Amino acid sequence: MEWFAGIGRSTMGMAAGLGRAAYLLFGSLVARPQPLKNFPLTIRQIYVVGVQSLLIIIVSGAFIGMVLALQAYTVLVDYGAEQSLGPMVALSLLRELGPVVTALLFAGRAGSALTAEIGLMKATEQLSSLEMMAVDPLRRVIAPRLWAGIISMPLLALIFSTVGILGGHAVGVDWLGVDSGSYWSVMQAAVDFNDDVMNGVIKSVVFAFVVTWIAVFKGYDAVPTSEGIGQATTQTVVYSSLAVLGLDFVLTALMFGTH
Amino acid sequence: MEDLVSIHNMTFSRGERKIYEDISLRIPKGKTTAIMGPSGIGKTTLLRLIGGQLRPDEGDIRFKGESIPGMTRKRLFEVRREMSMLFQSGALFTEMTVFDNVAFPIREHTTLSEELIRILVLMKLQAVGLRGAAQMMPSELSGGMARRAALARAIALDPELIMYDEPFAGQDPISMGVVVKLIKELNDALNLTSIVVSHDVGEVLSIADYVYVLADKRVVGEGTPEQIKEHESELVQQFLQGKADGPVRFHYPSRSMQEQLLEAN
Amino acid sequence: MNSRKIEILVGLFVALAVAALLMLALKVADKGFSGNGETYELKAKFDNVGGLKERSPVKVGGVVVGRVGSIKLDEDDFTPVVTLVISEEYDQFPTTSSVSILTSGLLGEQYVGLQPGFLLDENDILKPGQFIEDTKSALVLEDLIGQFLFSRNND
Repeated sequence: MEWFAGIGRSTMGMAAGLGRAAYLLFGSLVARPQPLKNFPLTIRQIYVVGVQSLLIIIVSGAFIGMVLALQAYTVLVDYGAEQSLGPMVALSLLRELGPVVTALLFAGRAGSALTAEIGLMKATEQLSSLEMMAVDPLRRVIAPRLWAGIISMPLLALIFSTVGILGGHAVGVDWLGVDSGSYWSVMQAAVDFNDDVMNGVIKSVVFAFVVTWIAVFKGYDAVPTSEGIGQATTQTVVYSSLAVLGLDFVLTALMFGTH
Repeated sequence: MEDLVSIHNMTFSRGERKIYEDISLRIPKGKTTAIMGPSGIGKTTLLRLIGGQLRPDEGDIRFKGESIPGMTRKRLFEVRREMSMLFQSGALFTEMTVFDNVAFPIREHTTLSEELIRILVLMKLQAVGLRGAAQMMPSELSGGMARRAALARAIALDPELIMYDEPFAGQDPISMGVVVKLIKELNDALNLTSIVVSHDVGEVLSIADYVYVLADKRVVGEGTPEQIKEHESELVQQFLQGKADGPVRFHYPSRSMQEQLLEAN
Repeated sequence: MNSRKIEILVGLFVALAVAALLMLALKVADKGFSGNGETYELKAKFDNVGGLKERSPVKVGGVVVGRVGSIKLDEDDFTPVVTLVISEEYDQFPTTSSVSILTSGLLGEQYVGLQPGFLLDENDILKPGQFIEDTKSALVLEDLIGQFLFSRNND
């Protein structure tokens, strides 16, 4: 009996959490938008979540492109098909690794920082104090961060993929000796702008939305103590990573599965 | 005398736990009203109820005769511009300078020019003695200075009501003296209505016009500081004199010690 | 950090991302061709298209002049009809041109090779939508092996 009660309790808890998350989203994005007033705040947050994540994105992109080229080359060279290195690297990055790895790194770098920052604002009564000053914290604190995340992550993913393709070029062409012309031309023949580049961007926008939403909600909903904030930060990284990987499967099946 | 805030037969509980049961309070206009009581009694909760951040389960809270729980969100935000709250931690925005913190409510709610805002902010900072610290960040301030900066922000829009949440907690005697002086002066100079929530008996009794003592979910004593000092309730006397044992027991409720020791064998 | 500096850095960040997108569009996906460029269509019937796919390149002497637009089955005679999307720059192919499905390397991708014919008459130029008559089908490995074994048996 206690067991069923446990299931019931956690289901009700989850439903209530989802409701609060939906309310947060509605309150910050849908109701009473003030884009003009929020624009400078959003720029500032793009700096925090986007520009400050740039270094880790560029370094990871370069290394992943290089490793991809190295691994693909050892397999392809057995079949004399090393000119397929270009499309191999480009398609893996554009369709999968660019959006997914960027989202995972973003969750770890920017998402956890967002949760901790908002949680700390809650713990130090800054959110309450905004509310008492008749300023809606959803509009003032949450909305700019949500927008900044949604805008920044697709841009980071584009940079990640590009750097990765250049990293693949560095290893494949400059080190392993694949012909530079065929690296690019076979890639050009295989990659389609709409099917591959834009689908990757769409994936990235979806991930951006989900990861940022989880991050700001976990911060806003955190128990305002040091333990609570620590827990919320961990949950942000775990939940958003799982959400990204799960959604990636669904999106991949929708976009590329029917061909 | 007219009441700015009045609470009528209010009951409030958090989850299963009842915090207030059927309490009534009156906060007269232009006076300093103190609300005292032991820790954990939910004094901060009371301020949040008045600010409309929480809703009572039963009863009513009125601000200038208008029911706060009955307001729409829009109206509540309008009313909040007339009240202001000094949080225990100060709650300064950590990413802004002291100047920007004080300017924040003015910039949010008015369309004054930057030049005018500068003058207003400097005047408010002058009033709390922090004009020289305008360009410092909150992390560089001492606890007492942070609270004074927060006070400057709280009076930035010249509210009618200021609620002080534990303004004396964790302050050294000098900053405590400064805060006491400021609350008194601001109340007289700006004709504010103040609600001070605190358990620092001496300081509160020196500035309050009227005192409520809360304990055990209800009001156990009320009156002017003189009346409170002479109050016949044992609970009030225990609180005022800081006795370790009295109606509030020293021991957390448990079985008798003898029983528990014997049980181990 | 003052807001001017932040604005500049955010601007640089967005510019970097736009540069990345441009590079992906032009250098990686070769948007210049499959997308907005002015094109016209030619058609060709094959007996067998083998592994030819939509978007496979159309080459003349190794130069890409277009891409395969669609591959459909003719409803009357059940032979595959390949639509070739050719760049407007190359609109002077004679009607005597031939197309064949070729493979780049032993296991590489299949593409359409266009062999321009002789220009007999000024008017004998392929017009948009016209069929190219002379086609050679893809080589299918199984057929080749079959022929090879068959010819050995005959020896």
